[in-house]
Amino acid sequence: MSAVAQTQYRAANLRRVANYGPAVVLTVALLLLWELFVRASQISPRLLPSPIAIMQALFANWDVISGHTLQTLLETVIGLAIATLLGLAIAILLDLSSWTRKAIYPLLVTSQTIPIIALAPLLVIWFGYDLAPKVIIVTLYCFFPIAVSCADGLLGTDADLLRLMQSMRASRWQILWLVRLPGAMPSFFSGLRIAATYSVTGAIVGEYVAAYSGLGLYMEEAAHSFAVVLVFAAVLVTAILSLLLFGFVSLLERIALPWYQGTRS
Amino acid sequence: MDTHKLVIQGVTRVFRDRRRNLEVLMPIDLTVANGEFVTIIGPSGCGKSTLFNIVAGVDEPSAGLVAIDGDADMKRAGKAGYMPQQPLLLPWRTVEENVMLGLDVRHIPRKQALEQAHELLKRFGLAEFAQNYPATLSGGMRQRVALLRTVLFNASFLLLDEPFGALDALTRLSLQMWLLDLWQALHSSVLFITHDVREAILLSDRIYVLSARPAHVLRVAEVDLPRPRQQGQLALEQSVRLEQELVALLMKEQRL
Repeated sequence: MSAVAQTQYRAANLRRVANYGPAVVLTVALLLLWELFVRASQISPRLLPSPIAIMQALFANWDVISGHTLQTLLETVIGLAIATLLGLAIAILLDLSSWTRKAIYPLLVTSQTIPIIALAPLLVIWFGYDLAPKVIIVTLYCFFPIAVSCADGLLGTDADLLRLMQSMRASRWQILWLVRLPGAMPSFFSGLRIAATYSVTGAIVGEYVAAYSGLGLYMEEAAHSFAVVLVFAAVLVTAILSLLLFGFVSLLERIALPWYQGTRS
Repeated sequence: MDTHKLVIQGVTRVFRDRRRNLEVLMPIDLTVANGEFVTIIGPSGCGKSTLFNIVAGVDEPSAGLVAIDGDADMKRAGKAGYMPQQPLLLPWRTVEENVMLGLDVRHIPRKQALEQAHELLKRFGLAEFAQNYPATLSGGMRQRVALLRTVLFNASFLLLDEPFGALDALTRLSLQMWLLDLWQALHSSVLFITHDVREAILLSDRIYVLSARPAHVLRVAEVDLPRPRQQGQLALEQSVRLEQELVALLMKEQRL
């Protein structure tokens, strides 16, 4: 990299960080407002703890919370990975023919109308208290946006490009592999980003119903013992976990699709 | 017939709609000899691209015969390098990877394919762009890369569908000259579509003028200018006469 290019690269990085500026300002302002409200209104900290109290509780209980966090993270990552594979497979299946599309699409949409909170206890009955039911719930939450956005990406291939490939006698699978799947990757990643933000919530719903450990279980126990500050601490960890996953997917996208960064801006 | 790269005899194409039949091609006869540069010119929407799709094996004629290298029975797809109007480069592939796309389709090992792509890029002056992504290239550069991709897939017979239509005049002229160099270096046979009469005269050995839809051949004009061609030849009296004749013919076909 030349000196000029390096400076430009640094400037671009700086701009990217600067993009988060307004969000940081707003978040700090809202937290400040919350802190001031709790102090001024003399509301009982047992009902509504202040942000500073939540942070203190989080650090004081970190030994316990960190164990639960790892459990939740494990369930989330496994579920998200399975959902990614399943979503890709369903997208390709939807794409095979207009018949498979017409057959599968309505089922897919219907699957999203099932209230997962109702399904969760059944999963516990079938699969027990361990990892399996949570992973299944995360997968159910996450595969849909991945499948739909990837299928849309596959459909979006330029008709002229398909004709070009046909003129080269490319087989159906070659066209999929060389042209359509790579072209669908930007859509796939936007689906994956949405899925990543849902995923932690999915695991927590599963744990809330029945679990040996996990942030969901921790929240439920804290709520039952009226430890509002600990519920908030666990919610905070959940939010940070979701943001980290979102950031991880974005990073993955930057690495996997270097060509896409230039065309987007 | 064995000296002919392409023979088209009595080819028609009718698109069937629910309500009516849309006749796009009336019986068309056309030949391209080995090493010949033949241009099809006609009003827009006349069915030139339909004819091209048929030759490329992407579409089938409703009637008639299409033979490439004297063979009318085999599947035509893969027997010509087909370049559509848009460059259609794959944005996730670098220039060299785009150029070797056809070799990937043919299952040629990556190392060998890259070598061939590189050699071609070097030979036609694009070596320094080999690692670039298409998004960083100018319109003219993209067309050059698309043309080399076409050549690497099949250099013996090129089907070029208005490849320079979207370019500004200067870029277009430099690409026309570049194409002529390439054609002469590779001894290709070319079937070229344009609706620019001057471009047709500058490049071709023979020009087929098509009518408005349903298309049939209005006139076949031989271009007797010496090779290698230069832009200045367009100002010669015989070129101007041919240009005016063809433009008059096309104006009559152009519907407003």
